Amino acid sequence: MDIQDPSFWRAGAVSTTLVMLVVLAFLSVDSMRYITAGGINVPGYEVINQHIGYEYDWNRRADVPVIGGPEPLFGKVVAPAEAAALMRTGKLVIQGRACMDCHTIFGNGAYYAPDLTKAWLDPAWSQIWMPMTGKATREEAMVEFLMHPDKYPTWTRAMPNLGITEAEARATVAYLKWLSAIDTNGFPANFGRSMQ
Amino acid sequence: MSTAAQPLYRSQRLALRYFTAAIALFGVMIAFGLLSAAYYLFPSMLFNVFNFNTSKIMHIDILVIWLLMGFLGAVYWYLPKELGREVAGIRAAEITFWVFCLAIALVAATFLFVQYGSANEFTLWFINQGRKYVEAPRWAAIGIVAILLVFSWNVVGTCVKAHKMTGIMWVMVLDLIPLVVVYLDAFPADTNMSTDLYWWWWLVHMWVESTWEVLIGCIMALVLMDVMGTSRRIVEAWLYIEVMLVLGAGILGLGHHYFWIGTPQYWLAIGGFFSALEPLPLLGMVVHAVYDAGMHRLRTSNQPAFYWITAEAFGNFIGAGIWGFMMTLPQINLFSHGTQWTVSHGHFAFYGAYVCGVIAVLYVAKQRVTGVPLLAGHTWRWGFGLLNLGMVGMVMALLLAGMAQAFYGRAIGGSTLMAFTTASENLWFKSGMYARMLFGVIFAAGYVALVYDLLRAPRSAALPAAQPQPA
Repeated sequence: MDIQDPSFWRAGAVSTTLVMLVVLAFLSVDSMRYITAGGINVPGYEVINQHIGYEYDWNRRADVPVIGGPEPLFGKVVAPAEAAALMRTGKLVIQGRACMDCHTIFGNGAYYAPDLTKAWLDPAWSQIWMPMTGKATREEAMVEFLMHPDKYPTWTRAMPNLGITEAEARATVAYLKWLSAIDTNGFPANFGRSMQ
Repeated sequence: MSTAAQPLYRSQRLALRYFTAAIALFGVMIAFGLLSAAYYLFPSMLFNVFNFNTSKIMHIDILVIWLLMGFLGAVYWYLPKELGREVAGIRAAEITFWVFCLAIALVAATFLFVQYGSANEFTLWFINQGRKYVEAPRWAAIGIVAILLVFSWNVVGTCVKAHKMTGIMWVMVLDLIPLVVVYLDAFPADTNMSTDLYWWWWLVHMWVESTWEVLIGCIMALVLMDVMGTSRRIVEAWLYIEVMLVLGAGILGLGHHYFWIGTPQYWLAIGGFFSALEPLPLLGMVVHAVYDAGMHRLRTSNQPAFYWITAEAFGNFIGAGIWGFMMTLPQINLFSHGTQWTVSHGHFAFYGAYVCGVIAVLYVAKQRVTGVPLLAGHTWRWGFGLLNLGMVGMVMALLLAGMAQAFYGRAIGGSTLMAFTTASENLWFKSGMYARMLFGVIFAAGYVALVYDLLRAPRSAALPAAQPQPA
């Protein structure tokens, strides 16, 4: 074994890379069981028909989503196929308006605006925007805000008007509700439980 | 490095065009970086006309494009030298360059004047894909694949026609496979955000971080032999060690992006462990650079290239390695993830790993084109000093702001809208944003000094007897 011989290190580079790629392939196949919609950590899209909470789990030492009883979005129960169509539109809104170049989702994106992972559960909807918009429910306030964000600023760094239509806004709200039901290993921690 | 005695190969003239485009786009990237920074200080600026997200898209997408152009230029520059012949398919490569420039102009015009679109497939194909780093519409992403295929054909075809394969070329040729294949991940628009981000990280971590890291390793190996006369045996052994460690730690180091996207809990342990190992290859590069510099007693025929190579080794280790490790363990990442702390790491890592390396190659090309046996002097030091000072200052300012966000917005505030607002109004955060702007301006001044020095004709200087002779 001559460690000054490049071929020694070449063999090391090739074998290490191949072993790691094989391990990654196995882990990726297994991870899909968790993150496919309807999988272990990611609920099916029809979860938007139910109440969603976020509570600390002492066994896991992390915050976890808690799926509760019926709580239809906009007061209407949607079938799985309809929920999937709403999600498709919601995701296309998020991509087409480049939402993640201001916001983050699961902490990924840009850092100019708040993280949206648990935005559905944000107390600001009931405390600030429902009174501001005059809407009776959280989802209606969210739709109104998304369509006219520049009319309801809460801060100097306001959200611009991106021409989001009512149908697009409703789909985006549905998407945010589904996102909040995903088990993200406790991210973000302490959501909605300010220690101040 | 040979001097101007021999004419340039066509591929080297093509490389010069790539370098020119890259350095021009570097300037555009800085301009949009300053604009993006200004939104934090003056939030109502250009409101509803040209919003932060578009400015940021211009900043980060041009970053990817100019570095890619720098890499392509560097390879086109060195291929004939490494293989002793003109690049195969050079005509196609020349046409590709102009297609690349036209596509960049069209995408930039779309971002500047159209900005966003409705929730449909047309938007993804022709306006904005809205996935960070790959916002360019699909037609442009197809163009990138075509460019990379032509580039791959150039590299492989030249090796075949030359009947010659070196260790460096083997690594480069194998690296072309993920360079093309992983980029195909730029197209999906998966409805499920968890699976979407799972594969998106293959693009960002495996393409930009791992594949690029190996490519710049090959380029740096060629530069080291060129500028410092390091022996091929040493350079190739180090390149293999680097590949072994970069991919050995980096492939499963991908797991540090899988902590919070819905993925199973085991990624916390796997990602934390392997990403903690990721600084090792970068430390190896520092050892390599210091060893080489010591062996040559800091003597070189190309002083600016030598200093930029050294900056690359240290910048890569500190920016990608130390700054990455600082926030990569899940216990810390739970609070630091998605704050300006990440921005601090991102700036330092891209700068250290890639920007410094590309600038080193620009100086190699300058020496060859101008034909001076010794590239030294003082004006290059202004660019070197100001760019490094500006970057380190920005990184520290962003770290300060990010830590305030992690503490006040995440750990104490609970990550809501009000927590985000409160943290962003915190004095530490605001001070960080002002300091970032100040050092951003210093960085921009460094860019001006760099361009001035690159364009300026060097004074003729004799090569001292003790200097390594140009190859």
